[in-house]
Amino acid sequence: MTILLALLATILHAALMLGAAPLLSGIVRSVKARLLGRVGPPPLQPYRDLRRLIRKQPVIAENASWLFRAAPTASFAAMLAAAMLVPSFARGMTTAGLADLIVLAGLLTLARASVALAAMDVGTAFGGIGASRDTTFAVFAEPALILVFFTFALLVGTTNLDAVLSALRDGTLGLRVSLALVVIALMALAVAENGRIPVDNPATHLELTMVHEAMALEYSGRYLALIELGAALRLLLWVTLIGAIMLPFGMADAGRAPSLWLVGVVLWAVKTVMLGIVLAVFESSIAKMRVFRVPEFLGVAVLLGLLAVVFLFISQGFA
Amino acid sequence: MTGFALPALASLSAVLLLLGLAPDRRAGLIATGGLCGAAGLLTLAYLLAGAPAATLPLPVGLPGSGMTFGIDGLSAWFLLLVFWLGAAASVAALDQDSGKTAPAFPLFIAGMALTLLAADGFALVFGFELMSVASFVLVLTQAEDAAARAAALLYLGMAVLGAACLVPAFALLGGGSFAAMRAHPPDGWRAAAVLALVLIGAGSKAGFAPLHVWLPPAHATAPSHVSALMSGAMTKVGLYVVIRFLLDLCGPAQPLWWAIPLLAVGAGGAVLGALRANMEVDLKLVLACSTVENLGLMAIGLGVALAARATDLTALAALGLTGTLLHAMAHGTFKGLLFLGAGAVQHHAGTRSLARLGGLIHRMPVTTAAMLAGAAGLAALPPTGGFAGEWTLFQAIIAAPHVGGLGFQLVTCVVAALMALAAALAAAAAIRLIGIGFLGRPRSPRAAAATEPGAPMRSALIGLAGVTGIIGLFPGTVLALADPALRALLPGRGIAARSLLLLAPQPDAPGYVAVGIAALLGLAAGAIILAMRGRVMAGHATSPAWDCGFGAPPPWLPFGDPATQYGAASFAQPLRRTLAGALLAARQTLDMPPPGDTRPALYSETDADPADAGLFQPGARMREAASGFVDRMQFLTIRRTLVVMFSVLVLFLAAVAVLQQT
Amino acid sequence: MPTHYGALSYDLSHLLGTAVLILSFGLLYQRRTKAVVTTYALQAVALAAAAAWQGYVQGAPQLYATAVITLAAKGVVIPIAMLKLIERLNIQRSVEPALGIFMSMVLGVGLVALAILVVLPVTFQDSNLTREDLALALSVVLLGQLVMISRRLALTQVIGFMSLENGLILAAVSVAGMPLVVELSVAVLILVAFVVFGIFFFRIRARFDSLDIGHFDRISSMHR
Repeated sequence: MTILLALLATILHAALMLGAAPLLSGIVRSVKARLLGRVGPPPLQPYRDLRRLIRKQPVIAENASWLFRAAPTASFAAMLAAAMLVPSFARGMTTAGLADLIVLAGLLTLARASVALAAMDVGTAFGGIGASRDTTFAVFAEPALILVFFTFALLVGTTNLDAVLSALRDGTLGLRVSLALVVIALMALAVAENGRIPVDNPATHLELTMVHEAMALEYSGRYLALIELGAALRLLLWVTLIGAIMLPFGMADAGRAPSLWLVGVVLWAVKTVMLGIVLAVFESSIAKMRVFRVPEFLGVAVLLGLLAVVFLFISQGFA
Repeated sequence: MTGFALPALASLSAVLLLLGLAPDRRAGLIATGGLCGAAGLLTLAYLLAGAPAATLPLPVGLPGSGMTFGIDGLSAWFLLLVFWLGAAASVAALDQDSGKTAPAFPLFIAGMALTLLAADGFALVFGFELMSVASFVLVLTQAEDAAARAAALLYLGMAVLGAACLVPAFALLGGGSFAAMRAHPPDGWRAAAVLALVLIGAGSKAGFAPLHVWLPPAHATAPSHVSALMSGAMTKVGLYVVIRFLLDLCGPAQPLWWAIPLLAVGAGGAVLGALRANMEVDLKLVLACSTVENLGLMAIGLGVALAARATDLTALAALGLTGTLLHAMAHGTFKGLLFLGAGAVQHHAGTRSLARLGGLIHRMPVTTAAMLAGAAGLAALPPTGGFAGEWTLFQAIIAAPHVGGLGFQLVTCVVAALMALAAALAAAAAIRLIGIGFLGRPRSPRAAAATEPGAPMRSALIGLAGVTGIIGLFPGTVLALADPALRALLPGRGIAARSLLLLAPQPDAPGYVAVGIAALLGLAAGAIILAMRGRVMAGHATSPAWDCGFGAPPPWLPFGDPATQYGAASFAQPLRRTLAGALLAARQTLDMPPPGDTRPALYSETDADPADAGLFQPGARMREAASGFVDRMQFLTIRRTLVVMFSVLVLFLAAVAVLQQT
Repeated sequence: MPTHYGALSYDLSHLLGTAVLILSFGLLYQRRTKAVVTTYALQAVALAAAAAWQGYVQGAPQLYATAVITLAAKGVVIPIAMLKLIERLNIQRSVEPALGIFMSMVLGVGLVALAILVVLPVTFQDSNLTREDLALALSVVLLGQLVMISRRLALTQVIGFMSLENGLILAAVSVAGMPLVVELSVAVLILVAFVVFGIFFFRIRARFDSLDIGHFDRISSMHR
């Protein structure tokens, strides 16, 4: 019974993540538009865009190889697999045993690498620019990510996300300085990973400043739809992750009491929308930075991670 | 059955020694491949049977004591890699070997096997030097220009240095068979000296920083099937010697600080190697630099194992060693695959410079697919073998603070950050390798006319890709074969993985389930394909690339303007500006003529490996000075010669007196 | 420091101390002169909060006064005066790092590690709270000095100096029984220092049209 319930929760989680991903992007977009004094598109606009893209026949460059056509599927599959590992409303899902943090980082790298390779497949200058910059940013993001995981592993004793979230929810860890540092580092990483301002501008089509958009430049039709949906899913994944770590309350148990799931879902939705609005405010109040300042920005995340670990050493007298 | 394994393996290796004399090149290679395959299967059977340790004294060898051979779980694990890669390389060589390498190639494999089978100091040094000299000859076979010959000579110098360090290391341990050395583990300064000598002697062969400078040019110069063995297997033999000395022969009672040199060497080598892999333009140099990176990661695992053993945390020691062994196997396989693929590119696309390649995915589909599988391992993408190895190594370093001591804990968190930096740099290098070399448009007419290699090479590539896949999907199962090695080195300890499908840092803990992740990925991909199939308009239209409206190329440029494509140097430019400036002293100069001047603008860039600038070039200058000194010694007057001899005698006596005091 | 305080008091004071430290790193990271001043003001606010919390925990009302003084003087008056000064003197908008931003951050992390390694063995018998707060405070002091040596602009050097002084106050408030007199005198000292540096600005501005202290070096080398 427990196993069946957990499976049901997992399927529900997948449906929620997939279904809500475009909505979150739409909310962020429309809040940003409001803050800038525009009316902006309605929050449901991304669904319409996706439907329009899926209906259209894709046009592909003449010298594209099979890799170009396979990459959107591979990237999206990696992103979906990663999304399955991050609990939204309930912990203890069927995928809980798989949900290792380093594996999660690996899946995100897989998604990024697929798109970067596809960007270079056609042999245009813009694809190369995007791939080169994106991999460079990843080089600086990775150490910060590992230090964040290091902190969790020291606190909880494992890198399993489900176990980490359970420990956070039970409140045995207290209000730790290291956790505060880690959450700030994660936010900086989320901004960089999702290509938001100040690292990249998701709305730009100015050739020399774009990173993620440059990689998807040759895509159209259903391939573009997959990439856009993947990007939305990635944003939702990061927001869910940060929400679960920052506000670990209210997460239900997948294995029992489906009536409590509703509370979990509502709380998850509230947390997600709240963080989405925070992101929109942050993006509206700051200017995009030069490409070569991004390593400094991510360097701050590395530094916060290092401080988090160091403070854990001294406060725990860890041995 | 298991008692039979050691003599059989020893005689197979001896036959390999003689195979170099085979009259016919093809027959020789086929026999080499066959013997390697048979020996590999034998090793596998030995490991599956539980790998009981055995020794075999031989009357030949050092006068009076002969030679002793032996086998245990640790040597069998590395033998498996050597024989398996040897078989694949022999098959691949059928396709492209020009015959020059015929005599030395079996000798090289036999040297590696003898090093692994050695059970006394003499046999080990003999095998080690046989391996070094044979591979030197192999490197020299393709050394057509001065730079390549310089690489080969530097390589020979490092091989001599290896012997010059290993012999005194054995002397400090008391000499004789391994069993005798284990009975009297060293302590105090003796143990420290052994550590230093082993790290220089065997560590240089394994490509540990800062003695890695010889490795990239030598591995790039050798014929590709030889580089596959050098990078995939020979570096691991060096690693094996380091493990044998530090974890076995020196005994368990060594202090905590032993871990520090290994952690420092590992983290430094990992970051430097991975960064250089992003800067190099030669396909094989990229791969060789990434070998330095991976060996650095393995050194970190070894460092964690040493630190944990010093504080009696056997579970953590097992985790560190598991990571090292698993990553050695995974890296050996995918790096062998990548070097063989690089050889295919060199032969069938005419160059190995990334600046002249491109678009090979259309002309060499099988090679590209195999390289893609290897590069995925290099980038440590789940669910490949490279990811499984690095995952275990990360678990080890994350658990390392349990060893205690604030200073050591600070070291571990810095090492973890550097490891992550190296892993991400390796991923960038892998994306660059595939994206520039195999995707996009051809950058030269020769690359546009590339052809697929012959059947032997293709089968070797596919076979190695298959093994990489098996290691990636079933790391727990593969590690069951490493169980005897861990039991031999850390008594009372098996591998960390409890079940065959799961890789876990400690028993009863969640871990990495490669099959589960692969299933999740497959499920997601299948769902996408199904969802797209039903409702979406099938097929697609083709047109010239959009490229922000850049427009189709003119007819006289059938592959488009090559200059509008991102190249190897431009892809690396952001990293060159941000990281390489500080770490590799990368400098770039732009000579821009003033308006009206018809001179072309010139852009040039330089970089230097700090180990080369800081260690090797001063070393070379010291060698010059020493040889000048010796030169002058030849022309001394008789009286001065006598003074020299007398002072040497006095110094010797003084040394004896001091040693007797202690 | 007694350890019988609940976990919350421990965590919160620790958190506020860390906020002060993070804002020290903020001073190193910022490139715009005005942003540096704002960061300094934020640091003062965090410090005031830390002092107030310590006052509550220790039951020492004089620390509330410290908090109020810190908030008023360093959180409001000095930053506003400085921003005015920047406007009036037309000081350049970006700080001139003598050391790369990234390098100075790395050095900063090294200094924090150093501070921890120095403080921990010395205060081993004390409770965790004092140990960590002392480590934090020493880090802030060292980072303040790093700001002073790694930036060329006179204004940022003044801020570095005042941030260093914030570290001293952080150390002082976390030890029970710190008399208010000392704190008041320190505050006055800061004000005096501020005035002195302010006069300096005017003089430098009058002669060199820039606040780059590299000019001093050039002059002294000319005289040599």
